[in-house]
Amino acid sequence: MSGFRLNLREGLGRAVDHDSKINFTFDGKNYSGRVGDTLASALMANGVSIVARSFKYHRPRGIFSAGSEEPNALVTVHSGARTEPNIRATELELYEGLEAKSQNRWPSVNFDVMAVNQLPGKAFSAGFYYKTFMGPSRPGHKATQFWWFCEQLIRRAAGLGKGASQADPDKYGRMNAFCDVLVVGAGAAGISAAERAASAGAKVILCDESAVAGGALLSSSELLDGALAHDWVADRLAELAENENVTVLTRTTVQSMFDDNTYLAIERLADHVKTPGKHQVRQRAWNIRCKSAVIATGAIERPIVFAGNDRPGVMLADSARRYVVEYGVSPGRAVCVFTNNDTGWLAARDMAKYGVIVEAIVDVRKDVPDAIRAAGEESRAEIFLGAAITATSGLQTLSGAQISEFSETTGEVGRKLKKIGCDCIAVSGGWSPAFHLTSQQGEKPVWDAELQAFLPGEATSSWHVAGAMAGKFGLRHAFRSGEEAAVKALAEAGLGEGESDVPRIEGDEIDYAPAPVFEINTGGKAFVDLQHDVTAEDVRLAHREGLVSVEHLKRYTTLGMATDQGKTSNMSGLAIMAEARGKPIPDVGTTRFRPPYTPTALGAIAGDAYGHLASERLTPMHDWHVAEGANMYANGPWLRPESYNRSGESVEQAYIREAATVRKGVGLVDVSTLGKIDVQGPDAAEFLNRIYSNGFAKLPVGKARYGLMLREDGMLFDDGTTWRLDENRYLMTTTTAGAGQVMEHLEYHRDVVWPDLKVALASVSDEWAGVAVAGPKSRNVLKACVNDCDVSNEGLPFMGVRQATIAGIPVWIARLSFSGEMAYEVYCGAGWGQALWDALMKAGKRFQIVPYGLEALSTLRIEKGHVAGPELNGRTTPLDLGLGGMVSSKKNFVGATLLKRDAFHEESRLQLVAIKSIDGQRIRGGSHLVKGNKDQPGQTEGNTTSTCFSPELNCYISLALLEGGNARHGEKMFATNPVRNMHVAVEVVSPHMVDPDGGRMHG
Amino acid sequence: MKRVAAPHLGTIKMRLTCPFCGERDHQEFTYRGDASATRPPMDNGSIEDHNTYVFDRTNPDGEHRELWNHTSGCRMHMVVTRNTTTHKISNCEPVGPWTKALGGKS
Repeated sequence: MSGFRLNLREGLGRAVDHDSKINFTFDGKNYSGRVGDTLASALMANGVSIVARSFKYHRPRGIFSAGSEEPNALVTVHSGARTEPNIRATELELYEGLEAKSQNRWPSVNFDVMAVNQLPGKAFSAGFYYKTFMGPSRPGHKATQFWWFCEQLIRRAAGLGKGASQADPDKYGRMNAFCDVLVVGAGAAGISAAERAASAGAKVILCDESAVAGGALLSSSELLDGALAHDWVADRLAELAENENVTVLTRTTVQSMFDDNTYLAIERLADHVKTPGKHQVRQRAWNIRCKSAVIATGAIERPIVFAGNDRPGVMLADSARRYVVEYGVSPGRAVCVFTNNDTGWLAARDMAKYGVIVEAIVDVRKDVPDAIRAAGEESRAEIFLGAAITATSGLQTLSGAQISEFSETTGEVGRKLKKIGCDCIAVSGGWSPAFHLTSQQGEKPVWDAELQAFLPGEATSSWHVAGAMAGKFGLRHAFRSGEEAAVKALAEAGLGEGESDVPRIEGDEIDYAPAPVFEINTGGKAFVDLQHDVTAEDVRLAHREGLVSVEHLKRYTTLGMATDQGKTSNMSGLAIMAEARGKPIPDVGTTRFRPPYTPTALGAIAGDAYGHLASERLTPMHDWHVAEGANMYANGPWLRPESYNRSGESVEQAYIREAATVRKGVGLVDVSTLGKIDVQGPDAAEFLNRIYSNGFAKLPVGKARYGLMLREDGMLFDDGTTWRLDENRYLMTTTTAGAGQVMEHLEYHRDVVWPDLKVALASVSDEWAGVAVAGPKSRNVLKACVNDCDVSNEGLPFMGVRQATIAGIPVWIARLSFSGEMAYEVYCGAGWGQALWDALMKAGKRFQIVPYGLEALSTLRIEKGHVAGPELNGRTTPLDLGLGGMVSSKKNFVGATLLKRDAFHEESRLQLVAIKSIDGQRIRGGSHLVKGNKDQPGQTEGNTTSTCFSPELNCYISLALLEGGNARHGEKMFATNPVRNMHVAVEVVSPHMVDPDGGRMHG
Repeated sequence: MKRVAAPHLGTIKMRLTCPFCGERDHQEFTYRGDASATRPPMDNGSIEDHNTYVFDRTNPDGEHRELWNHTSGCRMHMVVTRNTTTHKISNCEPVGPWTKALGGKS
């Protein structure tokens, strides 16, 4: 192919501005094009014929189509972080400074060393890699190892463009849209549907994937209401755009049809400029919910498969015509048309009309209608009927075509007729309706024998098809079917019928039904899937090897699996398989299309939802923690202080100091993050009694109780204290990370399981601020600041709950201990949080009170053997954690019955123990407990869960889950962590390492 | 920092009609399982019956009664009748103590 820009004349190059000039580069070379060009039309105008190398064989490839179906002309645009591979040059609008690069070639697209892949011929057929490199062992390699070794080399040789590894610098937007009627595709059918719907007052969204809407009308030779179709479209679209009920979205591809009339469209707002403007979004994802939709996505021309059909210069006939009419670019110096339907003849006529030399029209049909023959004769081309192109010649690009006799009934090739010099073959094998969207919804397409094509089939929900997509070819049918579909859609949207407005059409009446010829089989290398290098012979090989199902064919040969998803190749592949099987095409079937319709940028899918998505929840005392130098640490959705490091202190030094201070004196910690659920109602007590494994029915007012919550399968789910504030009112606390799940758990049981119980639930986690004051001097601190409440051991005994005031702030005080020391939790309204904290700090000053963080909190509870998240891992029961005493045998509760299963009572289960480091080494979380030494550790018998340095015991300790752990206290083992190269000698001990009798917290 | 995957834009979409709030995108809802599984009554301590409630599911091809929760909306539960083959939703009714007030069954 050596294309060139045609001399300007009336009606030629309708899409481009002939007086403009745009500079761009391709593979570093400077070129110029015009405003309105695509990269493909501009490259063609500059005589660039090889634009890419194929996926497997690295064969030179040229521009094949003029739209989103393009299999060959994929380029990489931009550089650095914006690098984007596999962009279709046929869709890429030219802009000043565009830099495009060809792909899959080294060192250049014109000379590629990997092209040797094509020399061994049959060696690289379907399944070649797997047959050759997998399978039986090779000397020195196990089979899979050998494949892994080869795979890295193969992957480097095969493939498409490379993406950027840096973060995408562009912004992406999202739009939620609602309408009565969504119209997909703004060709003749889509425009008439949109107009009809709008005339009934419907809210309409009309989407088209191209920069300029109009579809086939843009290059049509017909006159509409006496005007050139191209101009008529522009007027109608301008009218539609003025209607406030109509939204016209161009450069917008409806990628996916989902359930219940929801659609995803991607609008490209800044892909036609060098970089998006400041703050401009590059692409926008539209979530469209409509009452009904008209799908008018048109049809995709398909080729006829013949030997040598992948030489640059072979392209689709109607695309060749469009380059001439729309862009004023001739696809070659001498064009040969090869067709099995009328499309090729009109292409020849229109191209010749604007100065393209058409050497020959080759049609497999013996007879053609007179009108079509007359149209072809206008091109002054030599006409061959009952003939086919059986071979092509040329070094890198096309230079000639062999024309031979061909019988469309037997498929046999006869004597050679003539060899014609040409640098472009415009081929048309008929049209395949683009039923991708309805196929995504699982609607099975229906075979139309006359059109030799699959049609979308009956609509089973609120969508209606129109135009070529529905098999209604030609403008007259398109307009009519567009309106008919709109009327059906309007009825579904509950609107009137609107008004009909079909233009007067002057032009060709042609027959789009092709002869049933998909392939000219001469034994030469004939490509079905140009992007994935799948040949007709590969399809037959798949058949011979038994892979006859269309799904197997696809996976074995990779036919239709490339970035174009076989838009131009699926039909030929199916036809060849059908012939090999001796079955009609519909019996072979089609594969189901998956979203999206065309490759979509991940950025557009993610929109603004990337990076850290969950909002960070801050306690009322957050600013104070930060000002005091705390390291803030994520715990569930919350940020909590890890430790308050004094200058020069490490985290470990800080938490050891803080924990030691709590054991000796007093400390305070922000517990506002605990989940809090207000439970009210006459049946609240009964409800809690069914939810918790231990008894709650008899909890008196003014008392709190620690409760265990199980899943119905008997596993521990969450724990926390629940306070009875009043006869029918409780405050439940949950773990920080478990709050959301617990709320859902309660709501499920309230709504679904026991709807007869009168209980109301409200999440109040954010409403309450909480401070725990812990240590032997904690009561002294409270005494110094609490009013209206006796905090002595008699006035506020262990697990007691009282109302009080501190510095005028109304508070609830509960005497609870997580640390094992005497301790209190003080709750107040969240807005008072900081004031309460300040009051407690002030009251505690003379007792040397210190704030402590999550690490110290954790250290204190590990020393005490209190369980938390790492032990409540979803695979432990209360029995495993030594909490069997909290499982009531007197009542039914969630999890009670399945906890009785025998396997949960086996002594070999992982049970909670503690371990102490004997050799002074640190124990890591996630270490395994083994008996053997470092060289031969043996089987794991358990694992560590929560680890720390214990200031009380002056050694590293850890809680652990150990097989049969209850009976193994005193045993010596190793905590091994091969990842960190650690093997620590440990002793298994009871988890209650500090104050096992609980005297401190009860005192 | 904890990272959360992007929402399912571009993968699967459907619309559910919440009896309390009206038609909404399914992202607002949480699937809570097979609605035909009912917990044995409080006086039933049979392991077999509880096992059925927790684990046994039929996975029907066709109509399926499913429990959904309008988690990011009113937080109410509802039983959705959905065809597992076609995804078509034929019914959506509220469950919970308030269904009587809304004209529901229980």
